[in-house]
Amino acid sequence: MKKELRLMKGNEAVAEAAIRAGADGYFGYPITPQSEILEYLMEANPAETTGMVVLQAESEVAAINMVYGGAACGKKVMTSSSSPGISLKQEGISYIAGAELPCLIVNVVRGGPGLGTIQPAQSDYFQSVKGGGHGDYHLIVLAPASVQEMADFVDLGFDLAFKYRNPVLILSDGAIGQMMEKVYLSQQKERSKVFPDWATTGKPATRERNIITSLDLDPNGMEMHNHKLQAKYNEIREKEVRYEEFQCEDAEYLLVAYGTSARVCQKAVQLLREKGLKVGLLRPVTLFPFPTKRINDLSGQVKGILSVEMSAGQMVEDVLLAVNGKVPVKHFGRMGGIVPTPEEVVENLKSKIIGG
Amino acid sequence: MIEVTGIKEIIKPENLVYKKTKIMTDNTLSYCPGCGHGTAHRILAEVIDEEGLQSQTIGVSPVGCSVLLYNYLDVDIQQAAHGRAPAVATAIKRLLPDKFVFTYQGDGDLAAIGTAETIHACNRGENILIIFINNGIYGMTGGQMAPTTLPGMKSSTSPYGRDVKTMGNPLKMTDIVATLPGTYYVTRQSVHTPANVRKTKKAIRKAVQYQKLDKGACFIEIVSNCPSGWKMTPVQSNKWMEETMFPYYPLGDLKTPEE
Ligand SMILES: Cc1ncc(C[n+]2csc(CCOP(=O)(O)OP(=O)(O)O)c2C)c(N)n1
Ligand code: SF4
Ligand SMILES: [Mg+2]
Repeated sequence: MKKELRLMKGNEAVAEAAIRAGADGYFGYPITPQSEILEYLMEANPAETTGMVVLQAESEVAAINMVYGGAACGKKVMTSSSSPGISLKQEGISYIAGAELPCLIVNVVRGGPGLGTIQPAQSDYFQSVKGGGHGDYHLIVLAPASVQEMADFVDLGFDLAFKYRNPVLILSDGAIGQMMEKVYLSQQKERSKVFPDWATTGKPATRERNIITSLDLDPNGMEMHNHKLQAKYNEIREKEVRYEEFQCEDAEYLLVAYGTSARVCQKAVQLLREKGLKVGLLRPVTLFPFPTKRINDLSGQVKGILSVEMSAGQMVEDVLLAVNGKVPVKHFGRMGGIVPTPEEVVENLKSKIIGG
Repeated sequence: MIEVTGIKEIIKPENLVYKKTKIMTDNTLSYCPGCGHGTAHRILAEVIDEEGLQSQTIGVSPVGCSVLLYNYLDVDIQQAAHGRAPAVATAIKRLLPDKFVFTYQGDGDLAAIGTAETIHACNRGENILIIFINNGIYGMTGGQMAPTTLPGMKSSTSPYGRDVKTMGNPLKMTDIVATLPGTYYVTRQSVHTPANVRKTKKAIRKAVQYQKLDKGACFIEIVSNCPSGWKMTPVQSNKWMEETMFPYYPLGDLKTPEE
């Protein structure tokens, strides 16, 4: 069927996509630059159409624990926030990962640390891909670079979350959340009427009681559980890596960037190519799992790599691990809510990689 | 002299006056001897059984001594982060409105770290039952001061007694939630005597009925003991509870539905 075309903010696209994905519940708390998600959902009032529950919680802490409760009932539930609010959610996210519950979390990142700024940043990379809360766990992290992907990754995120019984994070930023672009919206999906067999929905006589917990006081049991989680993360590393390449075929130099930085880098590649420099861009779409193997392969082809991020240099550590010393890897970034210009990227590639 | 030879004839189904409710599992309770948690579990299980609610119930266990509630009650249970049970229960009830949803929380869980979640779930009028075990102490972590610890009461973090000037006053959460328009039924009970057990069980039964009416949150505080944390025998602890806890936390209804 034909998809519907609309002009929307990234945040609005997430909200509309959630309704259309057949989400059962959204629990959120206002924070700039993502409040439009909650506002849009309240205005759309899907309780009247699909029956989706939308609730403004008293805090991000409450919101993520509502997500825990809803997810443990086998429902498609989500929350969204921006950096300070995501920090508050970390204990809950750790519980969700430990109890292996599927859910969707959206972080429309702003500059930090602390209250920071409301301008876009990518300084929550470590928190997103290395765990964030306590314990050994991973989220599946999707990094949209357009309003279209803000919408598409909602559906994809829920699918991955249920496939692996794992929380999925959409790691966006204030630029993509706020900018308007055209977006093709998918058809309305029906809310699911079937529950996974592990869900707490009331124990019928036909099955054992379902228990949702992240606790095991026996360290042997807890280690077994950790092994199981690690096996799952390895399967995710094997099967779910997603990335996009831009003019990498003949590239002699490589830019690696995600989200807003990738959009800037795409323009930088164009400028560099106009000057006769063979530069390509690899855009990780999944940050966990990271496209380690592909970057390693490309490092056999290029002379140097510049990792571009709106941070002090976080993803560059994963690029360095992927390249494993084969070619020079450098970082260029702006911090505190500043988006780098393509010209700055060009200059930094020249001074840090090509010129050296 | 007692005739023991005929005992076999006495053990017959028709002579049964007391038995384990089927909602309690066979797992050995992890509670200290004389602890009120076990009794509270038992009557909650009895109500679930007698009301035929096993297939309709979703419980939320806290962080505290009763974290392992799910080992003891044969119903679907979610274990929540410390203090967050009311938020967890909010979502369960919103998404499965026909189910019976309860939280079971200690005083550290409910009245310290989870104060916000408790007040807001009650204030929103979430249609859930909150069972609040107030033993005036952090039992699980080894007897530290709780928000409910009485003035002058000793604990491992108030070794010279709670000094209200520096440590604050005991928090009466039940009184607070009773003032909120979102609560429908608020009561304070205990389980230290058979008579009190019967009253508390009645309160739980009422709360089950009220939840079907969709009128708001029901909140049952059970003033309880912690013999280990209080460093008393079970008998001493119950006496101390009557003499010292009840004057501060008087038993009885704080809010009843207007009939
Ligand atoms: C975030 C967090 N902080 C602290 C703890 C440690 N902790 C576990 S139980 C508990 C207090 C429990 O006391 P209460 O709620 O009164 O329950 P009781 O054991 O007395 O029944 C604390 C502080 C924790 N598990 N999580
Ligand atoms: S520590 Fe206290 S509350 Fe915990 S089981 Fe023992 S007596 Fe009960
Ligand atoms: Mg306690």
